[in-house]
Amino acid sequence: MESYAYAAPSSVSETVALLAQNASEGRQTQILAGGTDVLVQMRAAGHTPRTIIDIKTLAETNRLDVSADGIYIGAAVPSAVINEHALLRSALPGLLEAADLIGSTQIQGRATICGNLCNASPAGDSIPAMIAAGAICEIATAAGSREIAAEDFVVGVGRNALAPGEFLLGLKLAMPSAETKDAYLRFTPRTEMDIAVAGVGVSLTVAGGRCTQARVAIGAVAPTAMLVPEAAEALIGTDLNDTALHQAGEACKAAASPISDKRGTAEYRKKVVAVLCRRAIVVAHQRIQGA
Amino acid sequence: MARLQVETVINGEPREFLCDANQSMLDVLRDELGLTGTKEGCGTGDCGACSVLVDGRLVCSCLMLGVEASGKSVETIEGIAGEDGLHPLQRQFLENAALQCGICTPGFIVASKALLAKNPNPDEETIRYWLAGNLCRCTGYDKIIRAVQDAAAEMSHPA
Ligand SMILES: Cc1cc2nc3c(=O)[nH]c(=O)nc-3n(C[C@@H](O)[C@@H](O)[C@H](O)COP(=O)(O)OP(=O)(O)OC[C@H]3O[C@@H](n4cnc5c(N)ncnc54)[C@H](O)[C@@H]3O)c2cc1C
Ligand code: FES
Ligand code: FES
Repeated sequence: MESYAYAAPSSVSETVALLAQNASEGRQTQILAGGTDVLVQMRAAGHTPRTIIDIKTLAETNRLDVSADGIYIGAAVPSAVINEHALLRSALPGLLEAADLIGSTQIQGRATICGNLCNASPAGDSIPAMIAAGAICEIATAAGSREIAAEDFVVGVGRNALAPGEFLLGLKLAMPSAETKDAYLRFTPRTEMDIAVAGVGVSLTVAGGRCTQARVAIGAVAPTAMLVPEAAEALIGTDLNDTALHQAGEACKAAASPISDKRGTAEYRKKVVAVLCRRAIVVAHQRIQGA
Repeated sequence: MARLQVETVINGEPREFLCDANQSMLDVLRDELGLTGTKEGCGTGDCGACSVLVDGRLVCSCLMLGVEASGKSVETIEGIAGEDGLHPLQRQFLENAALQCGICTPGFIVASKALLAKNPNPDEETIRYWLAGNLCRCTGYDKIIRAVQDAAAEMSHPA
């Protein structure tokens, strides 16, 4: 039987070559970032041995750039590090509050938001937040790199858009203007250390009292987190009055196709996603107003 | 399976060990290095009993591969006490009777040390959130919180 192996390549090209080589020799590989999903999976009975390719030693994946020119969050940067970045916290408070909800202090010391995205759990907390914030995924390929929007990255439960031989390098985001702020809210039965029943990420731009741009994304209420353009349309052009908020919430409810499980019935999740949507809009709006 | 050779620093001392590619840092500490102070409660990141510091960052050693310690500096419960005796956190856990069976204690002390390094004077809510990933089945947490507060006070105003 194949045994476990470990590699920590020192460049992106070496990583891509290693992925290709293992594939051509018929060996399974798995990328390792913070390992908070990978190590749990490795402990499960019946996990098949494979080559673990650690991407934490690459310069590109350790990049954390935050400037007026844009934001780059490398795939090896753990939540704890992004949460300590004061400028990033003021630029993308919603994305950071989502990262801050992932597990405990210990988990955040390792877990990356890119790993959260690649793992593609329907309840991954950072995913709706990065979709709302308009994150673009930079993917390393054999030919160089390609980019896709965060909302197109997850294609099913536990499945992402990476082709064999590819891996995620990091996320690119525009530096939001002072009139743009994001927010993420999730609902869990407990206040800490629990999995979302529903989650909503929003990013709003408000100029002259009117909402000029909006992105709303929902999580844990469908096989994948998803953008809800109808919710954004309900907000754009309004002064974010109660009617607009209600319509945005109803759009989220209509877009949701949740399952029933021990955390909540489908009906309950639909109701909660509408409430969270309205509340997240209020939070983002207050942030723009500096409240 | 060929074992991997890893060079690291543990509690300030350079150490070398051999491990399997899929062996966790927790198993390396306990089974290869004889550092059994770090405990295993769950093995899946939920209980915090296996907490260690890696380059000063609080992590679960059960969610880290042994080979990932290569070139890093790891601090475990065995490295907390000073030359001249117990660390204030250890002393205050004893003073406050913040342990019963003790399996969670190394994790709580390592995690609390990381908190006090970041925030020397945390309020109760901050302590509770920081330690939310450390589970204790015995004490009911209150005594643990008080021990951390007393240690913080002692460390900022040494007697
Ligand atoms: C106790 C505990 C509590 C948790 N609580 C929450 C929670 O509240 N909310 C939540 O959303 N999640 C939670 N999680 C899961 C969360 O920690 C992970 O989803 C984490 O964000 C994954 O990041 P990582 O860096 O640890 O990824 P890893 O475990 O290293 O990788 C995750 C998956 O993505 C792949 N991968 C990682 N990086 C890349 C890359 N750059 N390119 C290609 N593939 C890649 C890996 O192969 C693997 O399949 C919890 C986990 C634990 C153990
Ligand atoms: S043993 Fe590592 S968190 Fe429980
Ligand atoms: S003292 Fe027994 S688990 Fe905490």
